[in-house]
Amino acid sequence: MPEHLLSPGHTACAGCGQALAARLVIDTAGPNTIIVNNTGCLEVFTTAYPESAWEVPFIHSLFENAGAVASGVESALRQTGRLDQIRVIAQAGDGGTADIGLQALSGMWERGHDILSICYDNEAYMNTGIQRSGLTPTYTSTTTSPAGKASAGNPRPKKNVMEIALAHGIPYVASASAGFPMDLQKKVKKALAIRGPKYLHIHVPCPLGWRHEPADTYRVARLAVETGLFPMVEFEGGQQTGAYTLSAPKPVAEYLKLQGRFRHLFKPGAEAALQEIQAIADRNIARYGLVKPA
Amino acid sequence: MSVNINSRPGSARNNRTGSWRVDRRPKFLRQNCIACRLCLLVCPEGIITGKAKNSFETDYVYCKGCGLCAAVCPKKDIEMIPEDTETEG
Amino acid sequence: MKDFIEGSDAVARAVALCRPGVISAYPITPQTHIVEFLASMVADGKLKSQFINVESEHSAASLVLGASAAGERVFSASSSQGLILMSEVLFNIAGMRMPVVLACVNRALSAPINIWNDQQDSMAVRDSGWIQLYAETGQECGDLIFQAYRLAESPEVRVPVMVCLDGYLLSHGLEVVDVPEAAEVDKFLPPYRPTEKLDPAVPMTFGPLAGPDYYLEIRHDLHAAMRGALKLIPSIAADFSRQFGRNSGGLVEAYRLEDAELAIVAAGSVCGTIKEAIDALRQEGVKAGLLRLVTYRPFPEEAVSAALAGVGRVAVLDKAISLGATGPIYADLATALVRGKHQARVNGYIAGLGGRDITIETIREIFTRLSGEEVSAGFVGLKG
Ligand code: SF4
Ligand code: SF4
Repeated sequence: MPEHLLSPGHTACAGCGQALAARLVIDTAGPNTIIVNNTGCLEVFTTAYPESAWEVPFIHSLFENAGAVASGVESALRQTGRLDQIRVIAQAGDGGTADIGLQALSGMWERGHDILSICYDNEAYMNTGIQRSGLTPTYTSTTTSPAGKASAGNPRPKKNVMEIALAHGIPYVASASAGFPMDLQKKVKKALAIRGPKYLHIHVPCPLGWRHEPADTYRVARLAVETGLFPMVEFEGGQQTGAYTLSAPKPVAEYLKLQGRFRHLFKPGAEAALQEIQAIADRNIARYGLVKPA
Repeated sequence: MSVNINSRPGSARNNRTGSWRVDRRPKFLRQNCIACRLCLLVCPEGIITGKAKNSFETDYVYCKGCGLCAAVCPKKDIEMIPEDTETEG
Repeated sequence: MKDFIEGSDAVARAVALCRPGVISAYPITPQTHIVEFLASMVADGKLKSQFINVESEHSAASLVLGASAAGERVFSASSSQGLILMSEVLFNIAGMRMPVVLACVNRALSAPINIWNDQQDSMAVRDSGWIQLYAETGQECGDLIFQAYRLAESPEVRVPVMVCLDGYLLSHGLEVVDVPEAAEVDKFLPPYRPTEKLDPAVPMTFGPLAGPDYYLEIRHDLHAAMRGALKLIPSIAADFSRQFGRNSGGLVEAYRLEDAELAIVAAGSVCGTIKEAIDALRQEGVKAGLLRLVTYRPFPEEAVSAALAGVGRVAVLDKAISLGATGPIYADLATALVRGKHQARVNGYIAGLGGRDITIETIREIFTRLSGEEVSAGFVGLKG
């Protein structure tokens, strides 16, 4: 047995949050897992032919169809009575999950397949060069939503995929972060013990696209949670059953200022935009009860 | 089929990504390590090994020098040193 | 067992006899009857398959791809817009060498929206790396399904197969069909045993990224497998006729071509009408014949060229068009005849688009026009 089920030699950028999280996921899931992966950074940096970093059976088909391909894999396992021994994980980036792959994912959830779907959310199309996705946060500068004299970056709020997943009535929905490895592993384990569709949304910093130091991946990931901008929550049977609570949420500026994609928010005149982002964090804190009342 | 279109598991090990390191590499000081395993958990390459306190090490064949391990170590027991520094042992 | 059934039913019964582990489809007219028949067989416990209703054709094709990679025999069916929506996946299935079998119930493409028959849908995906077989009769609809699985799953081929049947004309047309016994089918079609599948015991990576150093060889290999199928298709058809006592499938069918001076080349159910027209013309002393393409991809150049040796004038009837160019069969056939150093004059005619009737009179008109003006894409039956 190899040390890890995602081998070194993959070509992710130094300090990649997605590489970190994907290895934690598969190491937790174990060797009797089949991975179905949408097109994206993770697929590209782990499977350059004739090599592969995966130590488990892995299939990539297209950008948007992991939900459907995984449904096929699961149906084949069901047909041959192997679904008890083998787990299926369908994974994708934020674009592959929330934009182009959402329909197939919705179909998979609605049909009740016994599959864990995972979104590695690095908040833009990084593989193609940092273009805006439906999960790019408000006022992020990307190559297709650049900040400029007439724009403060992406004008729209981040889509809430957790709520979309919950609307399908699936038994387990949770969010996790590359900055909380043990919590992430606990959630993967818990999800895989539940039969039916599960959704895990993992926040993964991208040093290249977020323009932060590779060594800051962990710190940036933690700050997203500690400011309330990325709530780490858990839902079982549609009810919120857990949240990573904060004793004193940090101001969003602490998180934003580490990243070049938000640099424009620290120039004179951007105060209102910064306040709007703070308001998003405050709303998250209230909505998910991230600060326990004293 | 004459060309096999599927790839062998773990064959990415043929890529020695250690050549990517620009100027710094981690040095495991092995003085104050409490074996919290955080460095091992966060290394994006999955190349840090170790169990007991002060036993952790990495594999320079693949280490990209990202500095995450040094950044997360709660005991500051990993240091990023210039690539041209001699290491003892 | 003989039964008076529609082509859709013949397809569904043949599929059930091949016992796919996973079936997935999305409803589209006129494909629906096939999947309804299969769904009710599963519901009645007569067919022990996973029947998965999906939210789009893109997902139906993706789902059977996943199930095929996991080692199961699979089936899907579509038409028209559905086939075009899945076209991205069709290329992917072929590139990944998954032996998927799909029934395409041929229907026109939008716009304008039109639910009636022509062959534009399957012709539009002719470059996808799928073997394409065209049925002439309801009987052949079912027979081609058995042969399609044999072909797709042959280790030396490993290419998906599309069985094309004309919408309504075959899918809804009733005729007497001989449906074989399960034991006979089992003798013809061995169980599917893939050499590699998604399996933790041998954890291979399927669908990797191949750069300029490898892509060309991988595509060449797929092309070579398609060309190799040209040898296997006739031998499977011969096996089939030994086993079941009737001829179905193969590369081409020559009808009254031996001494023909004029010939039509076509594919699908229209060939039935053409045969009737030829019989009538022969009575009038016109030496007419038909070359029916059963296999359109891979294109059987040599068989076509040999069958048309000695024919002076050839009309190609396409029920599809590469707009701004010619009908797809015309282009392939003209190339084959040039390569075969034929002297024949080849005219191309477009007919039957969007369900316009092709009658014996239409065929007569084509034979008449064949002696006149040279055309590569002459529309037949245009109003005023
Ligand atoms: S520097 Fe980065 S790649 Fe090297 S051992 Fe540390 S975390 Fe791993
Ligand atoms: S992070 Fe530091 S203290 Fe923890 S195991 Fe690694 S070297 Fe030891």
